[in-house]
Formats: sequence, structure tokens, C-alpha cells
Amino acid sequence: MEFSEHIKTANVEDVVLRRPFYQPTKGTLCVTGHHLIFSNRGGDSARPFLLLLRNIDAIEKSVENLLGYSRLFSSTGQSQRPSVSSGTITLKCKDLCVLQLDIPGMEECLNIASSIESLSSLETVSEMYPFFYRPPFLSLQDQWGLSSTEQHYAQMKEIHDGWRVSQVNRDYSVSPSYPPAVIVPHSIDDETLVKAARFRQGGRFPVLCYYHRETGTVIMRSSQPLSGANRKRCREDELLLQAVIDGSELGYIIDTRSSQQAQQARMTGGGFESKSCYRGWKRLHRQLEKGKVLQESLIKLVEACGDQSHSVDRWLSKLENSKWLSHVQTALSTAGLVAECVERDGHSVLVHGSEGTDTSLLVSSLAQLILDPDSRTLAGFLGLLEREWVQAGHPFQQRCAHSAYSHVRLRHEAPVFVLLLDCVWQLARQFPLAMGFSEPLLLRLAKEVYASDYGTFLCNSDQERCVTGVKERTHCLFQSLLRANERQHYSNPLYERTELAIWPSIQPPSLQLWKGLFLQWTDDALHLVEAQKVIQNLVSQCHRPLNEKVENTDG
Amino acid sequence: MALHVYFCVSPCIVFVHHVRSEQVRMLDRFSNKSTSGTLHLTATHLIFVESNAAVTTILHHHIASVEKLSLTTNGCPLVIQCRNFRVVHFVVQKERDCHDIYSSLLRLLRPVSYEELYAFSYNPKQNDQQREEGWQLIDLGAEFERMGVPCDQWQLTDVNRDYKICDTYPRDLYVPITASKPIIVGSSKFRSKGRFPVLTYFYQEKKAAVCRCSQPLSGFSARCLEDESMLQAISKANHNSRFVYVMDTRPKLNAMANRAAGKGYENEDNYSNIRFQFVGIENIHVMRSSLQKLLEVVGSRSLSASDYLLGLESSGWLRHVKAVVDAAICLTKAVTVEGASVLVHCSDGWDRTAQVCSLGALLMDPYYRTIKGFMVLIEKDWISFGHKFADRCDQLDGDPKEVSPVFTQFLDCVWQLTEQFPQAFEFSEWLLLQIHEHVHSCQYGNLLANNQRQREELQLKDRTHSLWAFLLSEQQNYVNPAYCPGHAETHPVLEPSTFHIFVLLFLTSLNLYLDIVSHMKPTICPQETVPSRLFNEVLDTICPSLLSTINRCLINGTVPSCFKHEAVQPLFKNSDLDLTVLSNFNCHSYQTFLRK
Repeated sequence: MEFSEHIKTANVEDVVLRRPFYQPTKGTLCVTGHHLIFSNRGGDSARPFLLLLRNIDAIEKSVENLLGYSRLFSSTGQSQRPSVSSGTITLKCKDLCVLQLDIPGMEECLNIASSIESLSSLETVSEMYPFFYRPPFLSLQDQWGLSSTEQHYAQMKEIHDGWRVSQVNRDYSVSPSYPPAVIVPHSIDDETLVKAARFRQGGRFPVLCYYHRETGTVIMRSSQPLSGANRKRCREDELLLQAVIDGSELGYIIDTRSSQQAQQARMTGGGFESKSCYRGWKRLHRQLEKGKVLQESLIKLVEACGDQSHSVDRWLSKLENSKWLSHVQTALSTAGLVAECVERDGHSVLVHGSEGTDTSLLVSSLAQLILDPDSRTLAGFLGLLEREWVQAGHPFQQRCAHSAYSHVRLRHEAPVFVLLLDCVWQLARQFPLAMGFSEPLLLRLAKEVYASDYGTFLCNSDQERCVTGVKERTHCLFQSLLRANERQHYSNPLYERTELAIWPSIQPPSLQLWKGLFLQWTDDALHLVEAQKVIQNLVSQCHRPLNEKVENTDG
Repeated sequence: MALHVYFCVSPCIVFVHHVRSEQVRMLDRFSNKSTSGTLHLTATHLIFVESNAAVTTILHHHIASVEKLSLTTNGCPLVIQCRNFRVVHFVVQKERDCHDIYSSLLRLLRPVSYEELYAFSYNPKQNDQQREEGWQLIDLGAEFERMGVPCDQWQLTDVNRDYKICDTYPRDLYVPITASKPIIVGSSKFRSKGRFPVLTYFYQEKKAAVCRCSQPLSGFSARCLEDESMLQAISKANHNSRFVYVMDTRPKLNAMANRAAGKGYENEDNYSNIRFQFVGIENIHVMRSSLQKLLEVVGSRSLSASDYLLGLESSGWLRHVKAVVDAAICLTKAVTVEGASVLVHCSDGWDRTAQVCSLGALLMDPYYRTIKGFMVLIEKDWISFGHKFADRCDQLDGDPKEVSPVFTQFLDCVWQLTEQFPQAFEFSEWLLLQIHEHVHSCQYGNLLANNQRQREELQLKDRTHSLWAFLLSEQQNYVNPAYCPGHAETHPVLEPSTFHIFVLLFLTSLNLYLDIVSHMKPTICPQETVPSRLFNEVLDTICPSLLSTINRCLINGTVPSCFKHEAVQPLFKNSDLDLTVLSNFNCHSYQTFLRK
């Protein structure tokens, strides 16, 4: 295997591993193509410690060579003693855990460090671990993914009159980042779609993402129109949107940029829907940050959370300075606005930013969680993520290449998906009974999105996934999470389905720092995790007799 | 509609004022919605009955301030700020009515003598025997016995039997066996307000003692041999350590300033085996303004997340809470790890000293983490050692500079610990909230007045009821479902982390305030039984789904937010749908009566 080129030293004995919640342990360190393996043979923990190299965000090394030379030439009697030169490698992981390895021998230390460095930054998709991961409980013959656009459409009988599945993108020629099939208004034929797609950045023409049964209105998403500096128009794009609000008099376009940003976008060929061309559509601007700003916000937040110094007087300023909670607030309030338009006012909504692959997805999926009880079940939530993020072409590989610790110069990294999970956590905290899934699921997803055994979050689009054979040669995370024993772990014992919309409070005191994620490696987390287990047990004990009682009365 | 004053002899309510329904509206805190109803003023309560029969009651003692705002087109606004952080906003149509309510409230708000307090008229339908039993539930003599005192090194002294040595201390005091009466008398003369060093907690395992006192009257150079031998005696009583820590909980600067007034702190050169140390908790005035700022931040509408965090930080409240917890941790380490005795004092030894001693004991001794034990702790360190509840909680019309949320801060500290160690405490947040409620309600005798002597003079045990009896009678409401008695065995001493306590503080103390502000359980008024009785009657029909919800809410410890389930709706302020501004997007809770 070509990985061996990168591995200069495969095994080192007498390495000391320090990690949160555990005493430092001595054992053997082994570097493989995808993992760091640490085992202490004499120790009581039978299972070796396994760390996916992909999970490593930053690596820092320091070597000491005190007295090294003098010992080198000393008597042979001392050769039995471990070498005095040693090195320390600090591994900062994408799941925010920080580990430390004390390695005897300077050369070994440097070798290990350079192996880790090169192996953890491999960028060829087909060499990544999901292509080698073969757990006994899953088979490659299983369906990859939970459901396709066609299956999703087939389940929603009520939209069959007004909407159809279009295969216009079956060879990814209309929009490289869209899935092969999308749901569009019935009255719009494929030819019109092709023309409309040319008028939208990346060919991302408006498609349906949610149909609200109560009011018969919809949430659509797209990318920005390419109206440019000379205010170009596209008849087909206008027709498409007209068909969406056919009958009702008003629709809302929620632009996730400020109006100033939208104006500026015209200089680079982008733009927005002008009032005169899109009759009946009212445009609202809500500025959601993305890209570099968001990534830097995460970096600052993680830095503040890791600051163990005792001069914590300025801690709140640091937290404020990261602006993370402001981003959470804006995302939730924009999603609330979309849901409000759909549920209260009975108007359809089109959401877009510029590319339509980041903030648009964030807003549309949060709005669905607020409105749709089906998307709040465990399977429903995973289905939502699959439709709105994996299939809809969120560029996971680019966005999640590095996390908060990396020293690498930022390119396309942005924790949009982590922001989504945080917002969902806020929702679940405000409505403890409404969500069918629990915090551990969100934590698991936050970890898997950066480094995973599964292929779900590989690549940037459906097209890339097909080309690299992800769907044939890797396993699907969502399928795995829905297996019976996993399902129990990730279900919310308090869950009680409500058909009502759950309107989040966005007052600052209602928003909290997600300590389960950002403070999960601190000592306090242990007490809290323990207590959570106790509460979970209590709840399921209380729950069981009641359920039985209810079932009995039903029978 | 004129305002009439009438008195009617009903079992427990005497009406003073009565304003007809369409004349008064109560505004919702989070939206512009309002409900109209009737406002009654009784001798003890303000009662607002909505047209749909929902009742809001506010005890007069809970009202911190009444403010009449300038006249608007809708009427005359009246804003009532409560000591439990609730804010109620009424609009009275006629200005004259409003003025009448305002002036009668002002008159009712400011009791000048203890006899006017609610505790003296409150009658929970108990006979004298039950009341006496209620007062006997907590016995401090038994508590010291539990700690292992008196023993071969510590004894009960009768010097203060008649409050002759120190009138703010209790009658029964525990001192080292070697401290003779002349030493005690001499030491007390050298201490501010005569509060000489006495035992407050005995850590049996290491025979280490936690003692408390007030500052010495040392000035720049004064000495007192008796006081020095008193500290010597404390030190000698502990064979584990050659010295005793003296912990001055004030910032060094404040202590130095006190020297100019003939007070000050112990000079290490004069006391043979002490280790002296400042802890740096700010004084009551700083805490008062800090809480004031915090409430302003928490109470203001439509703040951005950034402004909110900055406001929170600049209030300094969390920093102060951390300082108190830090001091308690420091005390705990000295006693449990080093096995040394510690003497804690501040200026008068009844504010910061009480906070640090009681929190320290809470960390050291699992007994205090039980419901009963927590009551004993408050009885011992706060009530009997003379925390000035009447002055600090503004129970009588007095000097506003004496008012300070010292006890509230202590409860906040405890609450932080319960958050960090969810399994260690038998009681839940609700007990803390209830106690906080009753410190201000003046409904029970325990927390009235400034010291034991005053309480005896007022004959509180004969004329009022005990809060502890009431709380213990419904203690199942206050049980923390996550409590593990076994936790005490594995973690006899709690070791909160100072950094993360701060992080957690921020994370959740907001909740505490929100809960206090918006979800206070108005259990005080006798009228409150009406809806709950109604509730009981229909219970059979809406069971069991409701029951399961409530159970689970209790278990989850987040009752209010559960009911947000259907309760919180964002509303636009303006109906013309100007959606572009964030501030137009508001939260509004539809209250269900379940919440009560």
C-alpha cells in the first residue's frame, strides 16, 4: 500500500499517552495508514486506543535532547536504560480533544510526527478510511442513503397535483452540485428548467424542499440569480417562480445576505430578484455570516473554551468576541422568519444566499424542524440532513477539511454544519419533549462530519460521490445510526410527538453555549454525563409503566 | 368608576381597595398583549383577577418598588418591581385611580414595625402544638453533637447565655476547652461588635475546626493578649497542624482602610502561629449595584447576543459569585487536605463570613447537601450567627445602604454547585427558589429580624410559624431526582473546578434568573388554592398523559421550558409585517395554568 511511504517508524515502545479523563498510561504506539493505535499490554484496559488520523487537526512537537550525546558515548552498561532524548507530540483533534504523546527518542518522535502530518492531510477521497472500513454488521449491498428524491416524492401524495420530479439533472450537466432528481412545479417543463438554471449560480435553480400541508405553501431554495451589473432578466426563471405562487398573491424571498452585499454581488455577475421582474415576490434581507467569518468565530470560541488560566475575568468578553452565539441567534431568527411566513401568513418562501450551498441550507432545514413534526423524529431528522445537506450539495469536504485548531491557511473551511447542529441543540433544549433524538446524536454528527468511518460526509456533491464510488464502496452513516441498538442510544426518552410548530425563543438569555460540544473534554463533563445517564434511567423507568398503562387502556 | 375603600370580614382577606375590571390591564412582559381584569388591594396582597379568572397575586412584602410612569393614551402605567425579580406592568385607565393605588401601595409597602409583617397575621390553620413541633424540627445542639462537639478539645460555653458578651451571637457557643472566660471576654472586647472567635463547623475526621469572628480592633498597632491566646487555643485544639489559617474575606485594600478607623486585621507578628490570608470578596455595596446591573441586563428587551454578554460581564455578578466559591474551596482545602483549622472573618463577620463558612461546610459535609441538612446549615450559619436578614432584605423600612443581596448570592453559589454536581444534592433548584421567595415574603418567623436576641424579644416562636416545617411538609416537591445517596460516599468532599464553575455559572445562572423572573410559583396567597383545587378535580380526566408530562418535567428539572412546548410563539410587534428588523421578532409565552 502506498501509505507505507509515509510511515517512517511504525512502532514505538514506552510511549506515554495523556488524554482527558484518563491517567497517563505507558504503552506501544503504532502508526497505520489511517489510525494511531495505542495499546498498553500490561494494563487493564484490554481494548487499544484507536484514533483516526483524519481526526487530527493540528500537531505540535517539541523535542529535548538533554544529555543525549554524553549518554551516547557512555559505558555499555547504560544502554539498557531508555534513551534520554525524548519528544512530546501534542495532537489537537477535530473533535476538540487534545492528546499528548511522550515519545522516547528524538528521531522516533520526529518520524512519528511527520508520518501523522502527511497521513492526516491526505486529500485523495478514494484513499480515505471509509473505503477500507468493513464492519461485520453492515453490508455493501445495503441501500446507500435513506431515501432518494423519487421515494421522498412518492411519500408526499398531497403534492402530486402541483409538483413533479424532474430528471433534468440526471447527468449533472444542468447543475453539478444538485442531485439527479429534483422536485419542481408541475407546469414547468425541463427545457424551461435548463434555461432558468443558466440564470442561477452553479445552475442551482429554485427547487422544492418543504411542503406545508396546513397552508399548502412551500419552502424553496436556490442560488443567487445572475442578473449582473446590467440587470439581466430571465423569462424562464420568472416563470418558474410565478408557478410557485400560482393563485396566491404573495411570496417571500429570504436573501441570507444584507441588501448591501446583494447589491455588491451584481458587480461580480451575481445579484438578486428585482421587484419589477418578479411580481408578487417580496424580498427580505437577513445577513447570515459564512465562510471565513464563521470559521474564525469557531476558532475564537474554541480558544475561549480551552482557556484554563485562572484569570477568567474576561471570559465573557472572549465569548462575546467570538460572536458564535450571535450567529446562532441570527440563524434561528431567520429560520423563525421563514417558518412564520409559511405557517402564519400562508405565503411560500424562496431562500437563497449567493451559492445556495451553505446558509440557504441552514435556514431551510431549521425552518423545517420548526414546522414539520416528521423531521423531528430520529429517522426524520437524518432524512432531513440527507436531503438538505448531503444530496443538496453542501461541500462537506471543503468546509470540514480543518477545524478550530488547524494552523493551515484557511481556504474554504466553514463550520456551517456545526452551526446547524448547535441551532438544533438550542431547539432541543428549549423543547425537551419535541425532538425524537438526543444530544448524543448531535455530538456524534459533529464528530463524524470532520472524521468518519462512513462515507456519508465525503466529497462535495452527489456527482463527486458517484464518480469516486462512495455509494458502492463505503457504508452510510445514517443507515448505521438507525440500527436497533444505536437507535435506542440516540433516541430522546422524553420524546412526545407534537404536531404544532415549535417556535424557538431567540432572546439572548435563552441561548446557551453548547457545553456538550465545546466543553466536552473538561473535567466537569464527567459529572454531567454521569448525571445524564441517571436521569435517562429514571425517565425510562417512569416511562415504561406509563406506556404499558396507556397501551392497556387502548387495548 | 370611583375607587372605593371597604373592609370586609372574610376568613383571611381584608380588602382595602377595589378597582373595576375594565379599568385595569396587565401587560405581558414579552409582547404587547395585555389582559384586563380587576385589581384588588388587601392588607397583605395585591391581587389581579383576569376576566378569564386567572389570578395573579403579589405579596406586599415582595414589592421592592412601585413606579408611576407618565400618562399615555391608554391610561396610567404602573410598574411594580418585586424582590423575587418579577416585574409586573399595569395600566390603569384613570389617572386618579392609579394615583390612589400608588399611594396606598406606598403606605402598605413600608412596614415600620415587625408587628406589621405578614408572619404575625399568617395562619396556616395549625394549632399551637403543631406550631411548636414545627419549631423543634431543627435543633442546633443536636447538630453540633452530630459533628462530634463537645469533645475533649471543644466545649459549650455559657458566657453568652444572657447575650451579655455579644448580642448578635446565639446563646450557645462552642469554644476551645483551653479558652477560659477571661480570655473570651478579653477577646470579644478586641473584636468588632464583640464577635469573638467561635466554632461553626468541626471536621471530625481531622479534628480541624472552622471558626468565625469579626475583624480585630487592631488599628495600626493595638494588640490584645487575650485575643492572641484565643487564637492560640484554637490552634492547640488541633493536633494535626501547628498553625491556624486566618482568612480575611475582604480585599486587602478594604482591610487596610479599616485600620484608619481603629479596626483592621491580625498582624502575623503578634499572633504566634497563624497564617494570614486575604480572599478578596467585595463588600455589600458592590454586590448591591452588581445585582442591580445584572437585573437591568436580564430584564431589557431586544438586546443583541453581544450586548447581552457584555452587559452580563460588566455587571460583575458572576465574578463575585466565583470569588465566593473560590474562597469556600480554599477553606475546604485547608481543612480537608491539610487538616488545619481555619478562622474566617470579614468586617462584622455576618455577611461574607457566613457565605464562606456555609459554602465551605456544604463542600465538606454531605449531610448539608440533604434537604434537612441544608436547612440546618442556614439555621446555623445564617440565622443563629446573626446575618442581618431584616436589614439586608429590607424587611422593615430602613437604611437603603444596609440592603444587599448577600443571601441571594449564597443561594446562587449553591445553585452553581448543584449544577456542577447534579447527583450530590438531595434538593433541587425549587428548594432554593422557595427559600429565596420566603426570605422576602416575611411569611414565616425564621428569617425575620437581625439576630437571635431580637427574635426572642419578638417571641417569634410563639407568634409565627416555622418555614422549615412548611418546607419539610412538602419536601417531596423539592427532591432532586438525580440525587444518589451513594455519591456522598464516593465524593465526601466536593471539588468544584474554579474555571469551569465560572463557565457553568454563565451558562446557567441566566436560567436561574429567567426562572425566577418569569416562572415564580405564586404559592403564597391563600387564593391560589382555588385553581389548584379545580385542577385536582379535573385531574382524573386528563390523567395519565398529563401526569407523565409533569413527572418527566420534574425529573428533567426544567419544568417551565417543557411547557413552552406549545407556549412560546414568536409574534411580530407590528401587524404591518415589517419583517426586516430583528427587534420586530419577539417571543411571547402563552401561559397555561399548568405552570402553576
